[in-house]
Amino acid sequence: MEKQSTAITVSKLQKSYKKVTVLRDVSFSVQKGTIFALLGSNGAGKTTIINILTTLLNADSGTAMVHSFNVESQPEKVRNHISLTGQFAAVDDVLTARENLVLIGELRHASDPARTAEALLKQFDLTDAADRRTLTFSGGMSRRLDIAMSLIGSPSIIFFDEPTTGLDPQSRNSMWETIKSLAKSGTTVFLTTQYLEEADQLADKIAILHQGKIAVEGTADELKKLLPRGQVELRFYTKKQLDTAATLLKDYELAQTNETLSLIVTTGDGVAQLTRLLAQLEAANIEIAEFAQKVPTLDDVFLKIINENEETK
Amino acid sequence: MHALHDTWVMAKRSLRHTIRSMDTIITVAATPIAMMLLFVYVFGGSFGSAFEAGTVKYIDFIVPGIVAMTVVSGIAYAALRLNIDLQKGIINRFKTMPVAPSSILGGHAVSSVLSNLFSVLLVILVAFIAGFRPHAGVEEWFLFGGLLTLFTLAMTWMAIMFGMLAKTAEGAGSFSYLVLLLIFISSAFTPTEGMNPVVRVFAEHQPMTPIVETMRSLLTNGSAGDSMWLAIFWCTALLIFSYVFALKVYKKRTV
Repeated sequence: MEKQSTAITVSKLQKSYKKVTVLRDVSFSVQKGTIFALLGSNGAGKTTIINILTTLLNADSGTAMVHSFNVESQPEKVRNHISLTGQFAAVDDVLTARENLVLIGELRHASDPARTAEALLKQFDLTDAADRRTLTFSGGMSRRLDIAMSLIGSPSIIFFDEPTTGLDPQSRNSMWETIKSLAKSGTTVFLTTQYLEEADQLADKIAILHQGKIAVEGTADELKKLLPRGQVELRFYTKKQLDTAATLLKDYELAQTNETLSLIVTTGDGVAQLTRLLAQLEAANIEIAEFAQKVPTLDDVFLKIINENEETK
Repeated sequence: MHALHDTWVMAKRSLRHTIRSMDTIITVAATPIAMMLLFVYVFGGSFGSAFEAGTVKYIDFIVPGIVAMTVVSGIAYAALRLNIDLQKGIINRFKTMPVAPSSILGGHAVSSVLSNLFSVLLVILVAFIAGFRPHAGVEEWFLFGGLLTLFTLAMTWMAIMFGMLAKTAEGAGSFSYLVLLLIFISSAFTPTEGMNPVVRVFAEHQPMTPIVETMRSLLTNGSAGDSMWLAIFWCTALLIFSYVFALKVYKKRTV
C-alpha cells in the first residue's frame, strides 16, 4: 500500500509576486484516490498553489511532484495526468456544448471524440441542450459542462479551484456528489475552498493555508478537535453581578470584559452543561441581561492556530 | 505531427468563431471597399486626372493599397479574439492539457489568414465591378497570392503578439490603426514624389511601400518589379520576430 501511493508531493514551495510573498514555505502530500481540500481565506494563495501544480506557473523555489514528474522540468508529462476545473467555467461560449466536448476530445486524442461527447452529455444531463451555444447556459449548466470537459481523457488527478463559489445550493449539492463519485472511481481530487463545511463534507484530508504556510493539516475530525469548544457570552446589568458570576463559574474557562459587563464561558459541546450553568446562575439570583451562543467559524480556527503558534514561540 | 494536428483542431475552433460572426468579415471588407469607392468616384475627379494622363488608371493604382488596408483592419480581430480567450478561463484549460503551445496561437493564425483572404477576395470582386482591370498573367496572380498570404501571415502574428501584450480586449485591436497610418504614409494612394521631403524619406524606407509596390507591379505591369525581395524580406522579418516574441510572452503569461 505504501508503494507509489502518493499522487502529489509538494515540498518547501515558495512564491512571490513582485514584493508580495504569497507562499512562504508550503509542504504537503496527497494520497492517490483521495480527496484533498486546501482551505484558506481569499488571497491566501490557494489558486497560486493550483497554478503551480497544473504547470501554469513556476514556483520561486521548492519542488512539486505530480506522480513521479516534476511540474517545472517535466510539464508535458504532468499534463498527461491532470485536468483543471478553474474558478470560472472554462467553456467556449461561442461553441455548443457538444462542440466544446468534441474539441477537448480531439485535443486529448480520444479515439472517438463524438461518442465520448455523447456519453458525457448524457451523464451530465445536458443532452437536451447539447446543440445550443453555451452562451445561453445557466451558471449551473456551464459548471456541469466544465466538469464534463475535465473528465475527457480520464485524467488521474483533477484540480477544482473553488468549485462551488457562486453556485446555488442545488448546484452545489450536485457538484459535491460528482466530486465524491470521482474519488470513488479512483480519481485523486485536489480542491480549494473557503468553506469549512465543504471541506468537512468532501475531504479525506484538509490542509489550512494561512500566511503562506500550511498552518494545520489533518482529517476533518482531527481539525474539529482544534475548534474552540462551545462558548456562550453572558452580559449582566451591574459590575457586582458580573463579579459574582465569575466567582461562581470559576471552574469553567472564562474571559471577563468589565467595560461591556460580559463574560465568555467555554461550556463544551453538551446541552446538559449549558443547562447546568444557567441553573447555577438562577440559583444565585443573578439576572442575565443578554445571552448569546457563539458558533465557531473558520476564523476561530485561524485565530486559535495563530494563538497557538505564538504561544509555542 | 502532434503539433500540426493540434493546430488544425484549434484552427477549426477559431474558424467557427469567425463564421458565427459573419458580420466581422463583412465589416472588415466594407471599410476598404467604401474607401476605394470614395477615392475613385469622389476624390477621383481631381486626384485621378493626373493619373488618367499617364498609363495607369487611378483604381488600378490604389487596389493594392486597399488590399493591404483590408488585411490590416482584419487582423485586429485576431488580436481581439486572442485577448478575449486570455481573459477567460479556457486558455488555462488548454495550457494544462498536453497541447503544443504553438498550436493554441497557431489556430488563431490559420483562421485569421483564411478569413482575411476571404475579405480580400470580396474587395477585389467589388474592384472589378468598379472598373479595376489588372494585366497579370497566371504566374503573376500566383506570386500576388503568395505575397499576399505571406503579408497576411506576418500581420496576423504581429496582431497575435499585440493581443498577448494588451491588458484589455479594446487595447488589443488598437495597434492596427498605427499600421493603417503606415499604409497612408506610403505610396499606396499617391506616389511619394509629391510628398514633403522628410515624409518622403520615411515613406520610401518603411515596409509598406515595397510591399504595396510589388503587389501593384504584379497586377498592373505583369512583372514583380525591383522591390519584390525587399517586400519578402520585410514580411519574413516581421513574421519571425512576431512569432518568436508572441510565443515567449505566451509562455510567460498566466491567468
